[in-house]
Amino acid sequence: MLKFKFFSHTADIKFRAYGKNIEESFENSVYALIKSISNSKIEESKKIKIKVSGKDMESLLYNFLEEVLYLIDSKNFFVSKVRNIKINKKVFNLSAEFSGDLGKNLKIFSHVKAITYDEMFVKKIKEKWIIQVVLDV
Amino acid sequence: MKNRNVIEKEEGMNVPGVVYASKKIFNEIKGDKTIEQVKNVAKLPGIVGESIALPDCHRGYGFPIGGVAAFDLKKGVISPGGVGYDINCGVLLLKTNLTSKDLIGKEKMLADALEKKIPSGVGRGSPFQVSYKEFDQILEKGSQYLVEKGYGMKEDYLFCEEEGCMKEADASLVSDRAKKRGIGQLGTIGAGNHFLDVLEVEKIFDKKIAKVFGLKKNQIVILVHCGSRGLGHQVASDYIKKMEEEYGIKKFPDRELICAPINSKLGKEYFSAMSAAANFAFANKQIIIHWLREEFINHFSKSKIEVLYQVCHNIAKFEEYVIDGKKTKVCVHRKGATRSFGPGRIEIPKEYRKVGQPVLIPGSMGTASYVLVGTKKSEKLTFGSSVHGAGRVMSRTEAVKTIKGENTKKRLIFQNIILRSGSDQLIIEESPEVYKNIDEVVDIVENLGISKKVAKLKPKIVLIG
Repeated sequence: MLKFKFFSHTADIKFRAYGKNIEESFENSVYALIKSISNSKIEESKKIKIKVSGKDMESLLYNFLEEVLYLIDSKNFFVSKVRNIKINKKVFNLSAEFSGDLGKNLKIFSHVKAITYDEMFVKKIKEKWIIQVVLDV
Repeated sequence: MKNRNVIEKEEGMNVPGVVYASKKIFNEIKGDKTIEQVKNVAKLPGIVGESIALPDCHRGYGFPIGGVAAFDLKKGVISPGGVGYDINCGVLLLKTNLTSKDLIGKEKMLADALEKKIPSGVGRGSPFQVSYKEFDQILEKGSQYLVEKGYGMKEDYLFCEEEGCMKEADASLVSDRAKKRGIGQLGTIGAGNHFLDVLEVEKIFDKKIAKVFGLKKNQIVILVHCGSRGLGHQVASDYIKKMEEEYGIKKFPDRELICAPINSKLGKEYFSAMSAAANFAFANKQIIIHWLREEFINHFSKSKIEVLYQVCHNIAKFEEYVIDGKKTKVCVHRKGATRSFGPGRIEIPKEYRKVGQPVLIPGSMGTASYVLVGTKKSEKLTFGSSVHGAGRVMSRTEAVKTIKGENTKKRLIFQNIILRSGSDQLIIEESPEVYKNIDEVVDIVENLGISKKVAKLKPKIVLIG
């Protein structure tokens, strides 16, 4: 299955991420986000465990992806792989394990400033989960 | 009036919308949600006058880019989405005592040296390190604190919007998360459309005002575009979340329009946190000024670098205008717009006050940039605002599909412009053809009378991400 796809947007970056369950679609949205910043292959030299919560599914996704940006800015850490992602859909919280590498080893072409709520959705269509996000760059 | 496109009031809109654009530009933006966003902003409580989009406008999130909206202090709101995620992203113009002749034969060496000295900082951080205690001082005092510590001179902040420090800043209202994102990034440019250019004054349009600004033909100047990096982005996100918690998300056509009454506790807190982020952006550029001076002196032993002016692009401010014949203070949101005050305004440095403030309009990579001067007319038409650049027309995805990076590089070589970039993809994404024509945008601005041309600048060295 296709993991993610980019769509046209005048100034920013818009993507959709897909998954057979919500966890997989969230995981793939991280890969789309990282792909918007660097083209390099990222080694898995370091692991970070994260916990995120939200008020609804969109804000959970927003906060989850924001964690990726937070790690880039505060720790120069770029996610390569997401593992053990668990989402509680009732209380909107999530735990996951990121592995990745430091930015000094990568070629970076963009700095995503923020995740936005613009056109954001998290939907289940038939048996597939689809996430749409616009990134501020 | 030519180039003024009125969007009539519809249900829910408190004021009409106005898009200042040529027919061509107006038709271009019809496809991309800008007009819908102008209408949405017009629906916000307490908006005054008109919901405005300038000739460089394009779709943003919530508010359009190139958008200006003013709000009544009693009934109005303040919105993080009306300022944008890159709080106080702005432009700094430095003038040197060098001319293009001094640069001959040294261009490549200077480009390499500047690329090394001024970091993009993305994923790598900055060599400039401070303690959290000092960092809080920077957030509250901006450039002024760094000048006190020896990273510049008093004139650096005197020739800066807000004199390099928004006084309402309160570092305690900035989250630890935002501070962690920003503390390692002072003195960095970032990526995307941020840049550092060395340019030559190619043409003077207004000799008298150019003299007041200290500009001469063939003079070398430096233009820097950057903002508040991870810190500002996090402040915006934090306050969007806080406002959603306080006011809920159901009321607005777009979640990014979330706002708080200007007079509310949360509204005031956002303004203070935004001011701290703005001060970070001022300080960020102050470090870059310091490093530029250090580097230039290595290559040109008698070089002097002075600040011509620094403007804010993404900001909310309290400003006074004559509305319906009465002097009224309003909260002006500029998102991808430059203040363009005409002669006499107290906010302008006294050396420029008789002529109006410098309005700095960067072009795209390899095209001209402009210095204009603010006008009284802008205070009547656009709440003292002008464009902030050419404005994008083509998406990054389309750029990657249709533009060859090699062609862009060749064209710049042909124009004798030295380009330095961390990545080829960024060269494609920021290629001149993804932007509107800067000359056309500046002509519309001059025709409207919201700022007047003073000088045209030609790039010699372009540094991006």
